[in-house]
Amino acid sequence: MTSAYVDDAVGRWTEHDLPVEGRVLEVVRAPATVLSSVGDAVDPTAPETVQLAADLVATMRVSPGCVGLAAPQVGVGAKVFCVDVTEHPKTRGHHGTFVLCNAVVVESSRNEKAREGCMSVPDLTGDVKRASRIVVHGQLPGTGEQVEVSAEAFEARALQHEIDHCEGLLFLDRVAGAHAIYPRKTYL
Amino acid sequence: MTLQAITVIGHDRPGIIAETTRVLADLGLNLEDSTMTLLRGHFAMMLICEGPAGSAETEDALAGLTADGSLIVTAREIPEEPKQGAVGVSYVLTVHGGDRPGIVSRVVGEVARVGGNITDLTTRLAGDLYLLVAEVDLPATADVGTLEQSLTRVGAELGVGVTLREVESDEL
Repeated sequence: MTSAYVDDAVGRWTEHDLPVEGRVLEVVRAPATVLSSVGDAVDPTAPETVQLAADLVATMRVSPGCVGLAAPQVGVGAKVFCVDVTEHPKTRGHHGTFVLCNAVVVESSRNEKAREGCMSVPDLTGDVKRASRIVVHGQLPGTGEQVEVSAEAFEARALQHEIDHCEGLLFLDRVAGAHAIYPRKTYL
Repeated sequence: MTLQAITVIGHDRPGIIAETTRVLADLGLNLEDSTMTLLRGHFAMMLICEGPAGSAETEDALAGLTADGSLIVTAREIPEEPKQGAVGVSYVLTVHGGDRPGIVSRVVGEVARVGGNITDLTTRLAGDLYLLVAEVDLPATADVGTLEQSLTRVGAELGVGVTLREVESDEL
């Protein structure tokens, strides 16, 4: 972990802080309406939010290569998502596994373009410009503690992608141009 | 149900796409994949459509577009293509330099030699500057180092810069 970018409460958080077992849910795909609808703000201390947080982490864990999952992707129109970019080669600083409720980006800078894919859009990828340094405000599920996360590089990209999901936006809504969408390749 | 490849090429003006797609919708044709751009100021559109109309009926229905001679329309029935299989690695190939005959053929010849498949390609001539950008799938067996060397050699002979850059997409 790069300490300069770690919010203590977020960095320490693990799914084991949640008092419930996560269930693996089915990941929904576009054009499901829930993916294009603005998610509802949640009470981070409510039992259903805590269960949802655990379910998101459990579903992310069983999905190969998955570094984040937002509530709309499991069919729930709510502003809750999980992220864990620990194992990704493009990761620099990171906060391990965490779940945020009602998160918003409050500062962003240094745009970089990269090609993104999404479990909910399995047949396409697209070039998307996103800030490589951001500050996010949100709440931890369970305690409801208000936290500030300063993220960079790949974690910043993942956070923006998940926060977009909570706002009813897919990477398709942010592609760099008419020729910036590509058929997804199946790699050998 | 037939699958058709439709092209519309010619003098650009506002409304060509609106008119074309309205006719196709009236024929009950469903637009599947399509691309449209301006090539040296000329309108150029290619569409793959599926529906109950045959290609003769489609060309007849689009006759309004060709009446003044400013646009050329073709419609041809085509077979379904099998879904693309697994590929090795994707690259973006960029070539730019002074315009001269043979840049594209020499460069893509090197790609073809190692079994590379070009899935998208754009060229632009802007003043004296010639630019080529292509999406290339290379088979896992391709020797990328050797390809890079041969592209650099061909680029030097043509007096153009050639870069081959791996593209990764990040799963989020």
